[in-house]
Amino acid sequence: MRAFLLGRLAQSLILILLVSIIGFVILNLTPGGPLSQHGLDPGMTQQDFNRLKEQLGLNRPLWAQYLDWAWRLLQGDWGRSFRDGTPVLNVIGRHLLATLLLMGSSTVFAIALGTWIGIRGATHRYSIFDYLATVGAMVALSIPTFWFGLVGIYVFSLKLGWVPAGNMYTIGDGSVGNYLHHLILPSIVLSLVHVAVWSRYMRTATLDVISQDFVKTARAKGLSERRILMKHVVGNALIPMITLAGMQLPSILTGALVTETVFTWPGMGRLFLDSLGYSDYPVVMGILIFSAILVIAGNLLADIAVAIVDPRIRLS
Amino acid sequence: MTKHTENTRFSRRQAIKMLALGASGALLAPNLLGKPAFGQTPPAKPTGRIIVGVSQEPTVFNPLMTKIETDDGVHFSVFDALFRADPQGAIQPNLAVEVPDQKNGGISADGLSWRIRLRDGVRWHDGAPFTAEDVKFTLELIMNPKFRSWRTAGHSLVRDIKVVSPTEITWRMESAFAPYLSFLTETFMVPKHILEKEADPNTAAFNQAPVGTGAFKWGKRTAGDHVELVANTSYFGEGPYVSQLIFKYIPDVTVLYTQFKSGDIDLVGQSYITPDNFKEASGLPGRTVTLVPRPSVEGIYFNLDRPQFKELAVRQAIYAAIDKKAIIEGLYYDVPKATETFMPRQSYYFNPNLPVQEFNPKAAKEILDKAGWLPGPDGIRVKNGVRLSFANSTTSSDHLRQQVQQFMKQSLASIGVEMTISNLPAAVIWGDFWGKSQFDTVIVGITYLIGVDPDVTNRFHSRAIAAKGGRGSNNAQYVNAEVDALLEAGVRTFDPEARRAIYFKVQELMRRDLPFMPIYQSVAVHGRKSTVHGVVPNGNTRTESWKAASWFRVG
Repeated sequence: MRAFLLGRLAQSLILILLVSIIGFVILNLTPGGPLSQHGLDPGMTQQDFNRLKEQLGLNRPLWAQYLDWAWRLLQGDWGRSFRDGTPVLNVIGRHLLATLLLMGSSTVFAIALGTWIGIRGATHRYSIFDYLATVGAMVALSIPTFWFGLVGIYVFSLKLGWVPAGNMYTIGDGSVGNYLHHLILPSIVLSLVHVAVWSRYMRTATLDVISQDFVKTARAKGLSERRILMKHVVGNALIPMITLAGMQLPSILTGALVTETVFTWPGMGRLFLDSLGYSDYPVVMGILIFSAILVIAGNLLADIAVAIVDPRIRLS
Repeated sequence: MTKHTENTRFSRRQAIKMLALGASGALLAPNLLGKPAFGQTPPAKPTGRIIVGVSQEPTVFNPLMTKIETDDGVHFSVFDALFRADPQGAIQPNLAVEVPDQKNGGISADGLSWRIRLRDGVRWHDGAPFTAEDVKFTLELIMNPKFRSWRTAGHSLVRDIKVVSPTEITWRMESAFAPYLSFLTETFMVPKHILEKEADPNTAAFNQAPVGTGAFKWGKRTAGDHVELVANTSYFGEGPYVSQLIFKYIPDVTVLYTQFKSGDIDLVGQSYITPDNFKEASGLPGRTVTLVPRPSVEGIYFNLDRPQFKELAVRQAIYAAIDKKAIIEGLYYDVPKATETFMPRQSYYFNPNLPVQEFNPKAAKEILDKAGWLPGPDGIRVKNGVRLSFANSTTSSDHLRQQVQQFMKQSLASIGVEMTISNLPAAVIWGDFWGKSQFDTVIVGITYLIGVDPDVTNRFHSRAIAAKGGRGSNNAQYVNAEVDALLEAGVRTFDPEARRAIYFKVQELMRRDLPFMPIYQSVAVHGRKSTVHGVVPNGNTRTESWKAASWFRVG
């Protein structure tokens, strides 16, 4: 186990190094840059641009900028946002809770519903339910989330007035009930795709297990279908799902780009898009490294969890 | 529901009167600027909350640092400048008690010595007194080489700042520079007693929890969501009448409008309601929608260094082949107003006598034929081996401009001119591509004036061509010695009447030379709940929230 963890750690560091180099180079080589947003400002001169470039350190060679950034990161300094001048970790921290709330609730909802639909679809294969679930999943996967979001706002907010038309809470309220009320629509919209993915995987995994010999044996032993399903089938079918959950872990903390925009949700996805738009290099790089760490951690956690749950697998 | 155009045109006589009245403006200003609309009276003490929706997030709260338009709303509410530009384009005193000029001795006859008298009794939000030391500190901070200040034009000429008394300050200008007065309407004063203690002004705690003298104090910021300001009950000026002013970030213009309809926001701020929604918005119950002219002018820039555009005949022909009326009416729902100049119509310096463009493809063809640009084998005109073909660029996310491009492309093809479309994302196009004149032609909306000053040296003086080592933003690479001389005379002249003649001539020459084709002056569709009163639009500032102090709610 120790050797496994050390090996993975070494791999992860190399991976993060590569991600950071590629990210840094692509970001900095894109024409424009953080000063282009002032390109049309009245009274802004080329002299001002040159001065700001120097002050931000953007006039140095790319490799010098990268080494400086990487050296500071190793010392725990993630840099400061070009936009508001605050430390990158604070910027990320301020957006994390909003994303966790939205993504966490929608993921829990999606996993619960997706698992149930998947199992039921597998046990009632080719039933009307199964067909509807399959078609529903295809529709949910094919239609962009922002469209669902806009239609949802139009119907349930503007026409029916059941839920708010966006935002995380009403300014001046901020009670738990108010948060939950605001959470309903974006979290359902966001979970649609996840339910679709989750149900398809779960259906396949369940079908896979159902046809195994041990299930036939259990049936031959005269166990009830319910007991077979709950004790033998679902448990085994969930093992591949752990890996899937591990892969989804980063998205719980890095947010949803489009949904957060449509619902004016102040989360990480929005932050990433805005930081890209403003060429806020330190924040974009911060989010990139943060996401890379989460992807690695998610996969590692999933591997460990699978090894614990499934005695056939040993980490080495 | 109210719908009307809040146009602020005024006669020449009025304008001169306004400019001359600067000295006594302090007395006039409260009635002039904050007069409550529709006969409603503001409450005796700050009451309620107003939420302004903005499509870009305010993030910069030190008003001297590099910032974007949306930050201005917060700055105008938390801070004060020495002067302010009123809706009529006149400069009024704010933290100063009078507007200095050569008549009252505030500015010496040679324009080099300035003296500013300040209001007495003004206090920072933390209770400390505002004095001339703060003004000195602010002007010096802008020029501090370590400080990431926004723009330094004008400030870089200031020398020998002397604090005469807590309410009087003087300085010398390296050279006479009339526009500086207007620049000072957008230069917000910051507190010396807080910032002088900071080792690095770029990372000062103040920058995220500012202390000003304005009508609203800093409340808190929820990053990515909103900024909350609270009433400053000791404000020296009129108001404030609401206890909370919120700037709510809504990252998409469609959603911004949706939240205006749903009532989540009380007032639509930047980037306002899109023209396509104007008609629907005007019919919304309980909402007041108005058209407010903006200082920004939409135009099509030529890169005059390109061989195709060196000849005036080509620029004239292309201008004649563009159906401006169809573009404005068909694509922009007749919201903006056609123009022939960079000067906003509301400016005292606007020249109304310029020739009006006429859409005439036949004349366009004749101009080109006469100039020797004749159709080649592929139908595209050629002269001396140069094909009359060029690329047009604009921001790739701007769908309306893209329709303009399609329309132009067809119109130009009919006169034998080839236009290709090559759009770039905003973060790319307004970088070196624009700044260093790497384009053929660009569709761009520009606010040419700083505050209300007519000076455009930075945009059109031949020394301002960055692509040729110049210091400014003459992106068209326009060179005209006569315009250069006029612009130089313009910044040295303080008398409004004399300056007016100069800038009339500049506009006339530029209309003749066409370094860019003026299409229209922007008009923003403002919207607010009808319960919000006291909102006075001001096309001479970059923000609708230039005087939130006078806003109040009824019902």
